[in-house]
Amino acid sequence: MLTKRIIPCLDVKDGRVVKGINFENLKDEGDPVDLARYYDREGADELVFLDITATHEKRKTIVDLVEKTASQVFIPITVGGGISTVEDMKLILRAGADKISINSAAVRNPELITRGAEKFGSQCIVAAIDAKRRDSGGWEVFISGGRKGTQKSVIDWAARVQELGAGEILLTSMDTDGTRDGYDIELLAKISETVSIPVIASGGAGRPEHLWKAIAEGKADAVLAASIFHERDYSINEVKKYLAEHDIPVRIAEDNQK
Amino acid sequence: MIAIIDYDIGNLKSVHKAFSFLGVPAKLTSSHQEISAAGGVVLPGVGAFGEGIKNLQRKNLDYLIKKIAARGVPLLGICLGMQLLFEESAETPGTAGLGILQGEVKKFSLSEVTKIPHMGWNQVCMQKKDPLFCGLSDRSNFYFVHSYYVQADEKDVIGKTRYGIRTFSSVIRSNNIWGFQCHPEKSSIFGLQVLKNFSEVIENGSNSGR
Repeated sequence: MLTKRIIPCLDVKDGRVVKGINFENLKDEGDPVDLARYYDREGADELVFLDITATHEKRKTIVDLVEKTASQVFIPITVGGGISTVEDMKLILRAGADKISINSAAVRNPELITRGAEKFGSQCIVAAIDAKRRDSGGWEVFISGGRKGTQKSVIDWAARVQELGAGEILLTSMDTDGTRDGYDIELLAKISETVSIPVIASGGAGRPEHLWKAIAEGKADAVLAASIFHERDYSINEVKKYLAEHDIPVRIAEDNQK
Repeated sequence: MIAIIDYDIGNLKSVHKAFSFLGVPAKLTSSHQEISAAGGVVLPGVGAFGEGIKNLQRKNLDYLIKKIAARGVPLLGICLGMQLLFEESAETPGTAGLGILQGEVKKFSLSEVTKIPHMGWNQVCMQKKDPLFCGLSDRSNFYFVHSYYVQADEKDVIGKTRYGIRTFSSVIRSNNIWGFQCHPEKSSIFGLQVLKNFSEVIENGSNSGR
């Protein structure tokens, strides 16, 4: 049976992992390779690197980072953040990434999804969607790190990215992101039933039951989380054991089977 | 030396990186000379069947792979690389594959599975003992990403995987030829074990064990 994926997301700036990561047994907390190795051992099913490097000149640091990580850690790697051309995608995939996540650039230029999918295959292209609830009902697509509304309906845009050739959707609720109160289950369920490509839930994980709910009720195929893992509230293995006990198929890494 | 066939298709380097990590000499190459001289050959690949065959043909690699397979050199096809070993695929009807193995390559149907592609970690249910399974337990999880699947000749199927209500051939073996639908190079410890096992098969010069 296909297992549900648990995906830690690492924010990367200038080639280093940033933001509140608190590990006792890591020599260098900001070293992406160390962190990736750590999460691999814990049973992470994939890794997402979100590049928040501000300046264009320093953006190639992400390519080096992927190159180094992919030489040491053998699980799928997705890279997102500011990727806006097929050439960017190629460089990052060549360095060893398996998937590219595109967000604002896809809204501005939907053809980018199609060109990426034609060139590298749909499975390489993840459409990241930032969703915000409308007072009038439904959700609106936001871009530019959540700063800019687009008037687009999330449901329509999700259907559209699938049509354009995306192989997966990374769906972040801006309303629940950072709250640790749980994912937006209604949004997830709505999108999961709209599309026939996998949906990754993001935004709001605080406790293992939130991940359970995203999968069991939101019908998510995978769940992404950051601070819950980085701050050691729960380990990936603990979360997976909780899910397994509550009838969600997950992969328990060999190191953790005892 | 293992030759990893370079035919300009996505993500070939990951396999190379995995062998490097294991300390196994391997080279990404499209040189006929190097491939012919290799102790073992890997045909990796992510992408479309038609494009894959076209790229192989452009460099006359289709012919070379068939020759190598017939010569008894250990050959490992991964994902698309496994599908290319068959006669044809529903992905590109009318385009002939390498035809080294018999079976069908079909598309998942939304009447049998809920999401396409089949993406993520799933279990390989071992059907037979095999040197490439050495050190693995039955139902080990491997990383998959594909929209087409193989239904191989039953005698060649050494691993099966279930997705939705569909069971397909996830690992195949026919004499010196292996095919993995999943990606050993992206399947953490177990995946690396498979690649290590493959290198040991080459080293030992035996592909018996069946």
